[in-house]
Amino acid sequence: MRLGHLFKLAAATIFCCATAVNAAPLKVGFVYVSPIGDAGWTYQHDEARKIVQKEFGDKIETTFVESVAEGADAERVIRNMASHGYDLIFTTSFGYMNPTIKVAKMYPKVKFEHATGYKIENNMGNYQARDYQGRYLAGMVAGAMSKSGTIGYVGAFPIPEVIRGINAYMLGAQATNPAIKMKVVWVNSWHDPAKEREAAESLMLQGADVLTMHTDSAAVVQAAAAKNVYAVGFNSDMSAYGPKIHLTSSVQHWESIYRTKIQAVINGTWKADAVWDGLKEGVVALSPINPVVPKPVVAKVEQYKAEIIAGKRDVYQGPIYKQDGTLAVAQGKALTDAELPKIDWYVKGIEGNVPK
Amino acid sequence: MRIEKRLHDSKVMLYASPLLALLLTLLSGALMFALLGRAPLHSLYIFFIAPVSELYGLSELVVKVTPLLLCAIGLTLCFKAKIWNIGAEGQFVFAAMIGGAVSLQLAESQGFWVLPTVIISGALAGMAWAAIAALLLTRFGANEILTTIMLNYIAVNLLLWGVHGPLKDPNGMNFPESALFAAQTMLPVLFDDYRVTIAILIALFMLVVIWVLLGRTLLGFQLRVMGENRNAARFAGFKSNALIWFVLLFSGAMAGLAAVSEINGPVGQLISTLSLGYGYAAIIVVFMGRMHPLGILLASFLLGLTYLGGEMSQMELELPKSITGLFQGMLLFYLLACDLLIGYRVVFSNRTLGKHPAIAAAVSTPPVSQ
Repeated sequence: MRLGHLFKLAAATIFCCATAVNAAPLKVGFVYVSPIGDAGWTYQHDEARKIVQKEFGDKIETTFVESVAEGADAERVIRNMASHGYDLIFTTSFGYMNPTIKVAKMYPKVKFEHATGYKIENNMGNYQARDYQGRYLAGMVAGAMSKSGTIGYVGAFPIPEVIRGINAYMLGAQATNPAIKMKVVWVNSWHDPAKEREAAESLMLQGADVLTMHTDSAAVVQAAAAKNVYAVGFNSDMSAYGPKIHLTSSVQHWESIYRTKIQAVINGTWKADAVWDGLKEGVVALSPINPVVPKPVVAKVEQYKAEIIAGKRDVYQGPIYKQDGTLAVAQGKALTDAELPKIDWYVKGIEGNVPK
Repeated sequence: MRIEKRLHDSKVMLYASPLLALLLTLLSGALMFALLGRAPLHSLYIFFIAPVSELYGLSELVVKVTPLLLCAIGLTLCFKAKIWNIGAEGQFVFAAMIGGAVSLQLAESQGFWVLPTVIISGALAGMAWAAIAALLLTRFGANEILTTIMLNYIAVNLLLWGVHGPLKDPNGMNFPESALFAAQTMLPVLFDDYRVTIAILIALFMLVVIWVLLGRTLLGFQLRVMGENRNAARFAGFKSNALIWFVLLFSGAMAGLAAVSEINGPVGQLISTLSLGYGYAAIIVVFMGRMHPLGILLASFLLGLTYLGGEMSQMELELPKSITGLFQGMLLFYLLACDLLIGYRVVFSNRTLGKHPAIAAAVSTPPVSQ
C-alpha cells in the first residue's frame, strides 16, 4: 500500500521533530477527567501542578487538558501530548490506564505516569494516594458527630479504590461510635454534580445525618449545607461550601509525588514503578477540624493519626468482620498492599450490598 | 429597516445560511479570544486549523467523525419522514453492549466470519432497540420522541449493569470495564499507526446509499411525501406504518454500526462511560447539514473539529474545555438565526417593497378569496 507508506513516512517525520525539540525545559503534560473547578479531585491535581511549576520555574513547562472522557478521546489527547514533544505525561484517572499503555508503547522515549491503576509498562509507572488513611480519620469525626446513628456515603463506582475508602470510613466511625450504621448510594460517575446532589438528598431522607462522598465535586457538601446537615469533604478542603456543617475533609496533596517524578526525569533516574503514598508522606491529609467537634474526639483523631504515621496502627488491622459476620482480617493481622487493591466486600455495619 | 416574509423560501439562503452562520461564529470567536487576551487570528488557527495540520490530527478527525456520521445518516431518513427519533444514543449504547458481548464471546474464535458476525450483531442490536419505539408508535401511537428518549436512559443503565456484571473483566479487579477485545474482533485500521478503521468506508458507502435512496427511488419519494404531509401520503396509498418501521430500523442499524465503529475501533473494550453523546450530537449534524447527505458530511466534520479544537486550545492557549461548548453553541445559535433569512428577508427601506414585481402585482390587485 503506497499510501500507507506515505503516512508512515509522514508520521516518522513528525516523530523525529517531536523528539528533537527536547532541549530546553522539560515538558510535562497533565490529563484531567473532570473540569478543574474550585474543589475536588482534578482541582487537587492542578494545584499540585501549579506548585511544582512554581518550584521548578523555567526548568519545566506544564500544560493540562481537562474533562477528557475515558474512552476514545483519552488516547488522542495523550498521544497528541506525546507527539508534541512532552517528556512526562501524568494521566490522572483510572479509565486512562489502557489508553496510556497504548500510547506508551508507541512512544517508548516519553515517560508516562498513570494515577490509580494497577498496570505498569517499561515507560509507564503508576501512583496513588492512601486515601483510606484519611478516610479512617474523617470517619472517626463523622461517627462521633452523628445523632441519628446513621451516616451516608455517595460513591462513584464500586471499584476497590472506592470500596476501600468506604470501609475505612466505616471502621473509623466505629472507633468513635461502635453502634454506627452507614448507607451507600452509587452515582456511576466521577463528576455529575446533579446526580451527586440527588444522591445526597436521598441519603438525608433515609435519616443519614453526616454525609460524605467519593466523587469529584463539592455537590454533596452543598446539598448537606442547604439542609443544615453535617458533611465531610473529600479531595479538597471543602469548608468554603458550608463553613458551619463542614466537619473536615480527607484531602490529597499530590505535589510531593509530582516533585519526585519530575526531578527523577530531569536527573535521568526515572524508572517505572508503583508509588502508594499516604499520611506519612503528606500526600494524604486531614483538613482543619470544625470547632463544633468535641475536644476529646479531636484528640483521639490526632492520636490515631500519629500512630498511623508512626506505623503503630493500621486502618485495616484485625479483627475486621464482613457484613455477613465472617472474619475478614484476623486479630493481630492487617491487610497487605497486595490485598488492599482487591477489596470487594463491605465491613459489618454498612447497609446494602456491593453492586456486582 | 424591517423584516418581511418572502413569497417563496429562498433557495440561495437555504445554502448560504450555514456559511453565514459559520462566518458569524468565526467573527464572534475572534472577538471572544480577543476579550480573553489571546491573539484572535492565532487562536482561531489553533482551534480550527492546528488540529488538522498534521496527518495524525486529520486521521483523528475522521475517527471522531465516523460514529457521528453513521448516526446522522440514520437520523436523516427519520427526520426526512418527520419521525423524530431522539434515540440514536440509546440504540448506540445498546448495540455497543450486544456487539461488545459478541466480541468477548468470540475472543477464542478464528475465521473470516468473526468480524462480520460482530458487525452484524451490532447493527441488529441497534435495530432491536429502535424496534421497541417503532412498535410503540405503530401499534399504540405512542409519541416516538418520548419513547426514544426514555429508551436512551434504559440503554445506558443496561450498559452499566453489563460492565458491572456479566461483561466485567474477570481479571480486572472489579473495575467496571470488560476485557480488551481480541485482535480478530477489531475493525482493521486503514493505515498503520493511525486509528482510522474501515468503518469510515462503511459510513461513506451508506451516505451514498441514502443519497440515491432519497433522490432516486420510490421509497425515498414516499418518505419525503410522508414528511411533508402525512395525510397526503395516506391518500396516496403509502403504507405509513411500513415506512415508520423502515426508517426506525434503518436508523437503529446505523447507530449500531456507529457503536461497533467505536468499541471495535478506537476503544477496544466496553467501558461504563461509552456514551459520549454521539447520538445527540448527530441530531445537530443532521439539522446543520440540511438533511442532505453532502451537508451532513460537512457538518459532521465541522462538529468533530470543535471537539479537537477544544483539546488543542487547552494545550496551546490554556483555555478551559468550555471553549468547545461555546463554539458549538454559537454555531447552532447563528444557524437558527440565519435560517430566518430563508423564509424572511431584511428590507432596509420602504421603497424596495414596490420594486419587487411579484409584490407590486400583489399589492395592486385586491386579494381573491380562496
